[in-house]
Amino acid sequence: MADMELTGAEIVVRCLRDEGIKHVFGYPGGAVLNIYDEIYKQTAFEHILVRHEQAAVHAADAYARSTGQVGVAIVTSGPGATNAVTGIATAYMDSIPMVVISGQVPTAAIGQDAFQEVDTVGITRPCVKHNFLVKDVRDLATTIKKAFYIAATGRPGPVVVDVPKDITQHACAYLYPASVSMRSYNPTSKGHAGQIKKAVQMLLEAKRPMIYTGGGVVLGNAAPRVTEMVRLLGSPVTSTLMGLGGYPAPDPLFLGMLGMHGTIEANMAMQHCDVLLAVGARFDDRVIGNPKHFAKEARRIIHIDVDPSSISKRVRVDVPIVGEVDQVIEEMLKQIQAGSGQIDQSALKAWWTQIELWRAQDCMKYDHGSAKIKPQYVIEKLYEVTGGQAYVTSDVGQHQMWAAQYYPFDQPRRWINSGGLGTMGFGLPAAMGVQMAHPGAQVACVTGEGSIQMNIQELSTCKEWKLPIKVILLNNGFLGMVRQWQQFFYEERYAESYMTSLPDFVKLAEAYGHVGILVEKPEDVEPALRDAFGKYKDRLVFINFLTDPAENVFPMIPAGKGLSEMILV
Amino acid sequence: MRHIISLLMENEAGALSRVAGLFSARGYNIESLTVAPTEDATLSRMTIVTRGSNDVIEQITKQLNKLIDVVKVQDLSDGSHIERELMLVKVRASGEMREEMKRMADIFRGRIIDVSDKTYTIELTGPGSKLDAFLSAVDATAIVETVRTGASGIGRGDRIMKL
Repeated sequence: MADMELTGAEIVVRCLRDEGIKHVFGYPGGAVLNIYDEIYKQTAFEHILVRHEQAAVHAADAYARSTGQVGVAIVTSGPGATNAVTGIATAYMDSIPMVVISGQVPTAAIGQDAFQEVDTVGITRPCVKHNFLVKDVRDLATTIKKAFYIAATGRPGPVVVDVPKDITQHACAYLYPASVSMRSYNPTSKGHAGQIKKAVQMLLEAKRPMIYTGGGVVLGNAAPRVTEMVRLLGSPVTSTLMGLGGYPAPDPLFLGMLGMHGTIEANMAMQHCDVLLAVGARFDDRVIGNPKHFAKEARRIIHIDVDPSSISKRVRVDVPIVGEVDQVIEEMLKQIQAGSGQIDQSALKAWWTQIELWRAQDCMKYDHGSAKIKPQYVIEKLYEVTGGQAYVTSDVGQHQMWAAQYYPFDQPRRWINSGGLGTMGFGLPAAMGVQMAHPGAQVACVTGEGSIQMNIQELSTCKEWKLPIKVILLNNGFLGMVRQWQQFFYEERYAESYMTSLPDFVKLAEAYGHVGILVEKPEDVEPALRDAFGKYKDRLVFINFLTDPAENVFPMIPAGKGLSEMILV
Repeated sequence: MRHIISLLMENEAGALSRVAGLFSARGYNIESLTVAPTEDATLSRMTIVTRGSNDVIEQITKQLNKLIDVVKVQDLSDGSHIERELMLVKVRASGEMREEMKRMADIFRGRIIDVSDKTYTIELTGPGSKLDAFLSAVDATAIVETVRTGASGIGRGDRIMKL
């Protein structure tokens, strides 16, 4: 067996098989023809042919987000790789484990400006966790193993393996290593015991505790333990856009999302707590606004993160704990349960009284009596009709914020969106990745008429794979978030934010072989959704909701302002 | 503040560009950067001179450590260390300047390593400040060309960075 030689192309396919990969998203081309020839011959995994490489990477990314497994995409050299870059950068910003195999021109042609040649390793370097150019077929299997190892461990991220065409033709003995170790890469998993003890003490002594959870709680599979700890402490908790579902949103301890479009209660509690525990979150600009304003209030901060460089990057913290979130929280839980101290219940009660005053302002209210369809109402109905159990992907803009605000996720890995890079065009291919991973599940793609047109061609992929995705188009005829900023900050000069010449989305859906529904009145919202998830359960349904074009996302903290400087209406 | 950061990294193609790319992408300064393989051919040693507040330097070392190819990072400025830089400087050396340049080279313990009828090429090593001092001591119009390597650094005594 050891004597049997395999070609590089066979090795790529065998590695994916031996890694246990079941779905690969990709697009063939010259440099990967040998690999595709081997894909043709195998049955270990399914290859999903997309219509644009960006979609392959988004689909693999969402596959990873919704399952916790490493997503895999294959693209060809040159334009295949450059088309993939947006997808790779999207995954990088949100720390998504992914391996992208890119074809490259033959080794001897590298640097010759060959047909479909780009420096893929160079172009992707700033937006990958790591990348490799394979120069010898004997390194191929180990490199792919390393790629999966690096992608999935520590702070996860995308890894690109660039494989020149001649390497896919060369042969060598195949051995897929069961594990790899690298002297230069040893992520910390266990938190420092002394720091954990200090953190527990600080939390128990807090008079106004606040817990702020980010994408790290979801990625680190820490949601059950974080939930347990929050309840044990009776502390208020908020989540970032990326962390939604990490704590069950319907729970009264949950104050809603924080940040630029967060609730009053979440943002005010962030600003006025005396001990803040940040778990797998990174204090980014959309979350805490201006760091100088944030730092004005005295509070002690505990920060748990697997990535040391996330700690004290934008905000100085008092107790940094580097480690895997779940392991650290487990240790903290043990110490709290062992009776390390008493919570000051009367202080906590006073704190909650204050929070309830903020909450009573009901910052998420909107006009329910409007004759126009309110986008918030569509999301609320979507929540009802799906029983809160759908996987919801989104694109980027107002609709994304409304989905985040009005669909209270009660479990992790259900809310799939591009938080860091903010990639329009993410939603539909993401829904494909989710639906491939969860064939029986309800999958909704909440989108806008701007975003959906950035990867609309994927309706064809959905047809091929009979993916029963529900496209929830909140069509307000504007690039809504751009229009909102122009209204507030550019004296209503709506430069290029109005989308004229929109297609007839119903006909478009039908042209791709799907069901299209136009909804123009509030009373038709729920029936349309019920049809989509009922009568047309097994079809892709594209619902074009004509929503109120004047509606804005509130609350809003203008860029550069602080958490307590919200615009409410 | 000025910091001199030393690192060991895998001697792989593209390793240098990962470091250089990190500095430019995140807007960090590089005053100088030197790199060469070590006695262990699988490892390269790099010395970077940079400037930044304590927060920025903390981020730089963390970000360097985060690079997959980087094995070890040490901020040499955290403790006692030695820095040396090599400079090759070509100066005009004709007429009465010829004797003057020889004397200057001797005073700075430089060596003349190439001679033509109009120029000397002088090799000087030392901390950067010594090289600066030489350049300002010599008449600026006499300097034809300078090449500096940037600083290399090593910890003193028991301060060792090794695998």
